Amino acid sequence: MTVTEERPTVGFGSTLRKEDVRFVRGKGTYVDDVNLPGMLHGAMLRSPFAHARIVSIDTSAAEAHPGVKAVITGETLAGLNLAWMPTLSYDTQAVLATDKVRFQGQEVAFVIAEDHYSARDALELIEVEYEELPVVVDAKKALDADAPVIRDDKEEQSNNHIYDWEAGDKAATDEVFSSADVVVAEDILYPRTHPAPLETCGAVADMDKVTGKLTVWTTTQAPHAHRTVYALVAGLPEHKIRIISPDIGGGFGGKVGIYPGYVLAIVGSIVAGKPVKWVEDRSEHLMSTAFARDYHMRGEIAATRDGKILGLRVNTLADHGAFHSTAQPTKFPAGFFHVFTGSYDLQAAHCKVTAVYTNKAPGGVAYACSFRITEAVYLVERMVELLARELDMDPAELRMKNLLRPEQFPYTTPTGWEYDSGDYQKTLTKAMEMAGYQQLRAEQADRLRRREQGENVPLMGIGVSFFTEAVGAGPRKHMDILGLGMADGAELRVHPTGKAVLRISVQTQGQGHETTFAQIVGNELGLPTEDIEVVHGDTDQTPFGLGTYGSRSTPVSGAATAVVARKVRERARIVAAAMLEVSTDDLEWQENRWQVRGDPEKAKTIQEIALAAHSSLELPEGIEGHLDATTVYNPPNLTYPFGAYICVVDVDPDTGQVHLRRFIAVDDCGVRINPMIVEGQIHGGLADGVGMALMQVMAFDADGNHMGANFMDYLLPTAKECPSWELGETVTPSPHHPIGAKGVGESATVGSPAAIVNAVMDALKPYGVRHADMPLSPAAVWSAIQGRPLRTDLAIT
Amino acid sequence: MQVPAPFAYERATSVEHAIELLSRHGPEARVVAGGHSLIPMMKLRLAQPDALIDINNLSDLSYIRVEGDQLLIGALTRHADLLDSAVAGEHFPIFRDAEQVIADPVVRNFGTVGGSLCQADPAEDLSAAFAAVGASVVARGPNGSRTIDVRQLHAGPYETVLEPNELLVEIRVPIRPGGGSAYEKVERRVGDYPVAAAGAVVWLDGDTVAEAGIGLTAVGAEHFAAPEAETALRGRPATDDSFAEAGRIAAQHCHPQPDQRGPAEYKRQLAVELTTRALRRATARARGQEA
Repeated sequence: MTVTEERPTVGFGSTLRKEDVRFVRGKGTYVDDVNLPGMLHGAMLRSPFAHARIVSIDTSAAEAHPGVKAVITGETLAGLNLAWMPTLSYDTQAVLATDKVRFQGQEVAFVIAEDHYSARDALELIEVEYEELPVVVDAKKALDADAPVIRDDKEEQSNNHIYDWEAGDKAATDEVFSSADVVVAEDILYPRTHPAPLETCGAVADMDKVTGKLTVWTTTQAPHAHRTVYALVAGLPEHKIRIISPDIGGGFGGKVGIYPGYVLAIVGSIVAGKPVKWVEDRSEHLMSTAFARDYHMRGEIAATRDGKILGLRVNTLADHGAFHSTAQPTKFPAGFFHVFTGSYDLQAAHCKVTAVYTNKAPGGVAYACSFRITEAVYLVERMVELLARELDMDPAELRMKNLLRPEQFPYTTPTGWEYDSGDYQKTLTKAMEMAGYQQLRAEQADRLRRREQGENVPLMGIGVSFFTEAVGAGPRKHMDILGLGMADGAELRVHPTGKAVLRISVQTQGQGHETTFAQIVGNELGLPTEDIEVVHGDTDQTPFGLGTYGSRSTPVSGAATAVVARKVRERARIVAAAMLEVSTDDLEWQENRWQVRGDPEKAKTIQEIALAAHSSLELPEGIEGHLDATTVYNPPNLTYPFGAYICVVDVDPDTGQVHLRRFIAVDDCGVRINPMIVEGQIHGGLADGVGMALMQVMAFDADGNHMGANFMDYLLPTAKECPSWELGETVTPSPHHPIGAKGVGESATVGSPAAIVNAVMDALKPYGVRHADMPLSPAAVWSAIQGRPLRTDLAIT
Repeated sequence: MQVPAPFAYERATSVEHAIELLSRHGPEARVVAGGHSLIPMMKLRLAQPDALIDINNLSDLSYIRVEGDQLLIGALTRHADLLDSAVAGEHFPIFRDAEQVIADPVVRNFGTVGGSLCQADPAEDLSAAFAAVGASVVARGPNGSRTIDVRQLHAGPYETVLEPNELLVEIRVPIRPGGGSAYEKVERRVGDYPVAAAGAVVWLDGDTVAEAGIGLTAVGAEHFAAPEAETALRGRPATDDSFAEAGRIAAQHCHPQPDQRGPAEYKRQLAVELTTRALRRATARARGQEA
C-alpha cells in the first residue's frame, strides 16, 4: 500500500474532484433515489403515431386496475387550463394531447398508481381511438403547398412555417461572391441527434396541502428558471415553490426546458394529495425530450485563387419538430448560429435560417451545442475543407493563411460578435507539431502509391478543424430567456473558524462545480479547497441565476464566485487593518494574507480575520460583524475559447469501415482552474464527436416512426471507438473575465465532428467523394464511394 | 424504468423438470437462459410470454469437450466459456473469432450458446458459425431426444423447428483434421449486432479446396448458409479469385433487408467481401500460416 501525504490544496491545479467521493461509492442522490412516505408513481401513455386525430380516450379499464389512483388526460388538464404550456421560445406545447398527436411518443395520458408496475400495466388498458393523418417527416417538404398543417391549433398558422431569420450583410456578401475567383457550394446536413445522458428525465413533486408549499426534485440544469416559469405558468406563488436539482446524471442541454412529465408529476401531486414520482425510461427519453441539431444547410464560400477567403453565405432549413421549444436566448431564434464565420478573417457573410414544423419531437438546442455553434463550426469547417480541395491547397495551410491574427483582437465579426482574445496560429501550429503533420501527409502519399501498385493497405485521411466558441451568456441586455436576464448570483459565507460556504445559482450535471468553484474561492482567499463547501441545486438555498448550459458556468458563475470572494477579501482587509492597527491602505494581499507593506511578520490570514470578525474585537465602521458577501455577475461579453483539432483515420473502402487512429486536440480556454477537470470535459466532448460523426442519428421512416429510440439503435461510442486522445493547450486569457477563464464544457463537442468528417472525406479523395453527411457509418461511407450518398435523416430503404 | 408485462416464473431443477414445465405452461412459455435477448424484448413489451422457465440451474448442460470425432458443447455454455475454450479454439478458431465480436463482456458472461441458437435472431453470429462448420443440435422432449442438422433448425426469423416442450441440450460439431476456419464481421460499433458477417471453414487438398462450409449472418441467407457457394468452391484452386467468386455466388442467394445498418446493396456487398475474407483467412489457417 502506498501512503500519500495529504496536504491541503489551495487554488488552481489538478486536484481530485470533491464530489467523486460520493459518486465512486454509489452514494449520489439522483431524482430516482428520492423516495418519500406515501409516494405514488406516474407513467405516461404516448402516441404510437406521428400525426393523428384523437377521436376518443377511454380510461375506465385503467382506472379500475388494482393500485391505480388516477388517470389524467388532456381533457382533465383542459379543465385546469393546463393542457398547453408555453415553451421557452414563445410557442405553445401540449402537456397532454387534446385535439391530435403531432409526433410519435407525444404525451397522451398519465396514470398515477401505488407502484410503478401497476402504473405501467394500466397504460395498456387505456383505449385511444386515433384517426391517422398524413405526416411531415422530410423537413424539405414541410413548406410544400400540399403539406398537412401540423399546428392547426394556432389560429394564425396556415402552414408549417415558424420563422425566417437573417444575419450579416446580404448585399455586401453578394457583391463579394459576384467578383470572387472561386466559389464552392455544398449541401450539408447536421442530422438530428440526442444528447442521451445516462440519467433520463424525471421529477418527484410534493405539494404540501397544509403549507401550500410545492417541492419538486427534478432533473434540471436551471432550477431557478424552472421555479419562475412554474410560478408564471401555473400561477403558483414563487415563494411557495422549491426546486431541488439533486445529483444530475448528465444534461448536455437536454435538461434546460420543462417537459410535460414534470408538469404532470406536479398536477398529480395536487390531485392525489401525495408525492408523485415520474421517471421516464430510455425510449421515452430518446423519443420525446430535446433533440439536437437537424439543420439542413446550403453553404457557399468565396475566395481568391491564391486562397484568401472572402465571404461565406449560408441558407439553412431548421427542422424544429412539432412545437417550437428551443431553449436559447430570446433574441436569437437560431441561437448563436450566426457566429458561423468561425475563426477566419473574411470580408462579408450572410446567413438565413428558415424554421419549420415537422411531425417530430420538439427541441433543437441540446447536446453541448453552445446554442448551435456546433452547426456553425461544422458548416464553416466543411466549407473551408471543400475550398482547400477546390484550390488544391493543403487544408491546414489554407486555414493558417486565413485565421484571424493576434493583433486583430478584440475582433468584430461580419455578423457583429466581438471575439475577446485569441492567438489562433499558435494553437494550430502546436496541433500540427504534436500530430507530426508533414510526416502524416508523407505517410498518406506513400499509402496511395502502395495502393496504386496493387497493395491492399487501407486508405488514410487527415482532417483538420479550427473552432471558435462563444460561451458564457449574457450580457443580460442582449440575452434573456422568457425575459429573465442571463446573469448569475453568488453568495459567500465565511464561518468563524475560516471554513466557507459558497452558494451558487448554476447546477452541475457532472462538470465538477463542487471542486472548481471551491478552488476559485480558495485561490482568492487562500483557503484550502477542502474547507469550502459549494451549495447548489436548491432554490431555497441559493441565489437566483439562470443555470448551467452553453458552457456558461465558469464564464458567468465562476466570475461571480471570484467577484464575491474579492468582496469578502476587501471586507477582511478592513478587519485586518483593525487587528493590526494600521490603515487599510497600508495592507497588501501577499501570499494569501493581508500583510503590512514591507513587514511580512505582520499579517493576518482569512481564517484569523474571520474569527476576529465574529469576536469581541471592536470593528471599524462599515463592518457589521462578519465577512459574508453576495453578488450578481452580469458578464460584459461572451468568452471565446478556441482550439485546433487534427484527426487521422484509416478507411477500408470495401466495407466502408472507419478506424479512428489518432486525435490531437489543442484547446485554448484561457486560464484553467482545474486542468484535470478541463481535460475530462474535453475527453467527453471528443467522444461525443466520434458519436455524431460516425454513428449517431435519429432518422424517421415515411410514417414518422422514430428509428433510434433505444441504445441498440441510437449508438453511444465506447472506448473501443475512441483513440487515446492527445491533448495540448495554449493559454490566452479572457481580458474581461475576473480570472481570465473561458468556458470549455462544449468546446470539444463543437470542434471535433468536423475534424473527423474532414479526415474521412480526405481519405475518400481518390474516389472523388467531396461530401457525405453524418453519421459516417460503414454503410454511409461505402454508399458515398459508390456515388450514392445516403440521406441520413430518413430511414434507409 | 422499462418493466415487462406480468408473467409466471418457474425454475427448472433438471432437464426432465424443464420439459415438464414447458409441457405444463404450453406454447406461450419461454425458456430463459442468459436472457440477454429475451428480457430486453420483454422490457420493451415486444415479447410477452405467459411464463419463463429458468434453466440456469441446469449446470450439467454447461460443458465443452471432445468425444470421438465430435466437439460437444452443452446448451447452457456461456459465450465467455466458448471464447476461452482452448479445445474449441484449437479445432475451430471460427468460434473464437465470432465470440470476440458478440456483444460485450457482460453479455458474453451470461448469454448462452444454446440460447443464441434458439433465439433465431437473423443477426445472431453463432447460427452462421455453426452452419459453416456443419453442426447439429440435440433436442430433448417428453418422448426422448432427436438430432437436428443446424441447417434445419431455423424455420424463419425468431422461429425454430423445436416443439414448444422441447429443450435444446447440446450442439455437436464434427471434427475433421486439416481444416481451417474464420469469421469476419462488420458492425457499426463494438457490441452492436452485425451489419453483416460471414463464417467459413476450408479443408484443403494441396492447393485445392477439398471441402468448404460457409455461414452468413444478417443478410437473409436461408438457414444462415451458402450451399451454392460451397458447391462451387469444391475442387477449385484455393486462390483469391476462387474465394471472390464464392463470395459473389453466396451474395446472389442472399435476401438482405434494408434497415438502419445499411441498404440492401451494401449488405450484399458485405456478403461478397466478408465471405471472401473469411475463406482467405480460413485457408491461411488450414495451411498453418495464421493463428
